[in-house]
Amino acid sequence: MVAVTLWGSLRPFADGQTVVEVEARTFKEVLDRLAEAYPGLRPQIERGVSMALDGKIYREAWFAEIRPESEVVLMPYMTGG
Amino acid sequence: MAFDTEPKRDFKVVGRRVARPDGIDKVTGRALYGADMSAPGMLMGAILRSPHAHAEIVSIDVTAAVALDGVKAVVTGADFADAMDAATADVRDNCLARGKVLYDGHAVAAVAAASGAIARAALDLIKVEYRVLPSVTDVDLAMRADAPVVQAGRAVEVVPVGLSENVTDHCEFGHGDPEAGFAAADLVIDRSFTTAATHQGYIEPHACLASMGPDGKADLWCTTQGQWAVRTACSAILGMRASQLRVTASEIGGGFGGKTTVFIEPVALALSRKAGRPVKIVMSRTEVFRATGPTVASSIDVKIGMTKEGRITAGTATLRYTGGAFPCGTVAMGAQAAFAAYDLAAVRTFGWNALTNRPKEAAYRAPGAPQAIYAVESVVDELCQKLALDPLEVRLLNAAREGTRSSYGPTFEAIGLEATLEAAKAHPHYAAPLAAGQGRGLSCGFWFNFGGNTSVSLTINTDGTVGITEGNPDIGGSRAAISQMAAEELGIPYEQVRTVIADTSSLGHNDVTDGSRVTFAVGLAVIKAARDAIAKMCARVARIWGIDPEAVEWVDGAARPTGPNAGTFPPMTLAEIAALSFKTGGPIAGHHESNADGAGVSFGVHLVDVEVDRETGATKVLRYTVFQDAGKAVQPDYVEGQMQGGAVQGIGWALNEEYIHDAEGHLLNPGFLDYRVPVASDLPPIEAVILEIPNPGHPYGVRGVGETPIVPPLAAIANAVSRAAGVRLTALPMSPPRVLKALTAQG
Repeated sequence: MVAVTLWGSLRPFADGQTVVEVEARTFKEVLDRLAEAYPGLRPQIERGVSMALDGKIYREAWFAEIRPESEVVLMPYMTGG
Repeated sequence: MAFDTEPKRDFKVVGRRVARPDGIDKVTGRALYGADMSAPGMLMGAILRSPHAHAEIVSIDVTAAVALDGVKAVVTGADFADAMDAATADVRDNCLARGKVLYDGHAVAAVAAASGAIARAALDLIKVEYRVLPSVTDVDLAMRADAPVVQAGRAVEVVPVGLSENVTDHCEFGHGDPEAGFAAADLVIDRSFTTAATHQGYIEPHACLASMGPDGKADLWCTTQGQWAVRTACSAILGMRASQLRVTASEIGGGFGGKTTVFIEPVALALSRKAGRPVKIVMSRTEVFRATGPTVASSIDVKIGMTKEGRITAGTATLRYTGGAFPCGTVAMGAQAAFAAYDLAAVRTFGWNALTNRPKEAAYRAPGAPQAIYAVESVVDELCQKLALDPLEVRLLNAAREGTRSSYGPTFEAIGLEATLEAAKAHPHYAAPLAAGQGRGLSCGFWFNFGGNTSVSLTINTDGTVGITEGNPDIGGSRAAISQMAAEELGIPYEQVRTVIADTSSLGHNDVTDGSRVTFAVGLAVIKAARDAIAKMCARVARIWGIDPEAVEWVDGAARPTGPNAGTFPPMTLAEIAALSFKTGGPIAGHHESNADGAGVSFGVHLVDVEVDRETGATKVLRYTVFQDAGKAVQPDYVEGQMQGGAVQGIGWALNEEYIHDAEGHLLNPGFLDYRVPVASDLPPIEAVILEIPNPGHPYGVRGVGETPIVPPLAAIANAVSRAAGVRLTALPMSPPRVLKALTAQG
């Protein structure tokens, strides 16, 4: 299981939690499991999210590997100027 | 291919102040910008814009315009495709309005004619019947329940019900218990701030030339930060297959985020499709101000608690941003960046976006961060003043470090904030005396930095030179930096390499030049492309020598035998291998395609001295020093240029620049006479101090540098002005009338 930290405004769509556990080994599996377990998160996931794995920010890396001890933080999809 | 897995290397080319590959072209006028492209039979396009900030379009009658001699085509929003995702539909409706006009200057129709004069005359013949609606341009007013609704039904699911329909987005970040933190503080300050919308101010207006044939194949030349993004947007808006549209980026006269989207390009394509002739559109400066992206305007509340010793016990911020008349997600980046410089046990930020009758926001360097960090750093400075603490020591005491849980969630890897603060502390600027009426300001700044999708092709020419094809318009010196990294990896002189920028039909996809990504991500790709080419050259040499490829290594620009069984052969240089390439298997090239990650966040610290004229309220910037962790500086001139340029844009944002609207939402200052950007005579020399703390995510330790420098100036200058004036300024810009008013109120 991987602990995924959500940002605060997603809490109402994850049963009031900001940290949820899912069974996942990759970025994509995290998104799939989150959308399955908490359907209210699906619209945000479909609009786009970033993910920080052990401090490194990924934007669309489906196959980025996640270890059980990884720090996984969901973030809004990031853009720059 | 992380930095810490690479062998230590003494750079030979990277780090040198090499000649600019675009220098001669730009100073002699040979460089071709967006407006420089022409085609046989070309028509000129012009765009009719709304005189109202908010109105329903009852009807558009183009009959008289079409009948005017010399007019070849007229288009409206009805000429664009219907089906596309919501974000692209917003871009489409910003290019030509559908149903309603949403801000003063919103495009309504366009004409292509034999000359610009005829096209402009035809605009006067287009009859648009409007039903004028109430408008709102202030973000706080727009969030009120009784505000005019700019667009209904645009709120995402996270927005609580019962708010104004203008509220489209909401976010919250942070950890810990802020209330407990405030209770533990010796002093808590709670302040509200506003920042005006500012324009990116690029010197080159938007310009393009579109040519579509009767078979539907089209070419588009334009000034842009990303030709693939232009192709994606335009092909969707025109209902074309992407393969049938080739987009070529011109030389670019500044973008700063404002050229990451499209405004006139789909319009020119639609006109060309209708007229069957090439169509060129060049925006006037007034159009650039009225209808292209300024940054968000904001209203921000910040509350911070601090102990007598200077430890921050808690911080909260509520950010209300408006990205204009269309939904905008910039506030989420501001809310994440606001407290990023600090190691806090309790922090919470809340972000809201509201629609207003303003132009659609476009990105501006580090979008969303300067406003948020301005408010936070202003309160930190006021706490330091009231507790009689050194503002730099307080920032060192609270600085985020490797292992800090950031205010937006992830734990930081190696970061350079502490080193940057120490550099500022040790610099003579920080200890220099100030005269009466002068003040010194300090601020930290932060930006995330990104990598992104990148394709690079590298060819070994038969004369031993190297050509690189990459896909990101060169805004900040990337052609030089990319050539340097290729030369470094291949072991050849910089002068042997030329980097060119491809059109969308000549290379795989590249994301736009944004997020401080190009030197990092394209550099990473060119290093990998060079290693791909090296592997192929070593394989050729192995066959020539009759040994295993593993027994050949690449050292200082030549293949050499290595290992006990390799035998003895004289090194073969890149030029020798290239000259034999047709005989040894054909042309040699390397390439690399990837979605790069590991860009690594960036921190900077700015120090500024100002003098405030108490009679006029005018502020003079006396001294300015920028400190930034740049990772490995590939071409230090360009890195310094980014740091200085960010400071200058921030000075303008802090002191003078603002979109001014009247009560009906009309923009009153759409030109550089009334929208005042800093000019050379306004500025002191800006000293740039580069700290090279290697980015662990890049083989040379490179980190993006382009956006962080615009983040600290707002607060640094506000803190300096507030200390010089003896009164805390809480609204940007700190224009002379606003400073004078604060001084007068002070008595």
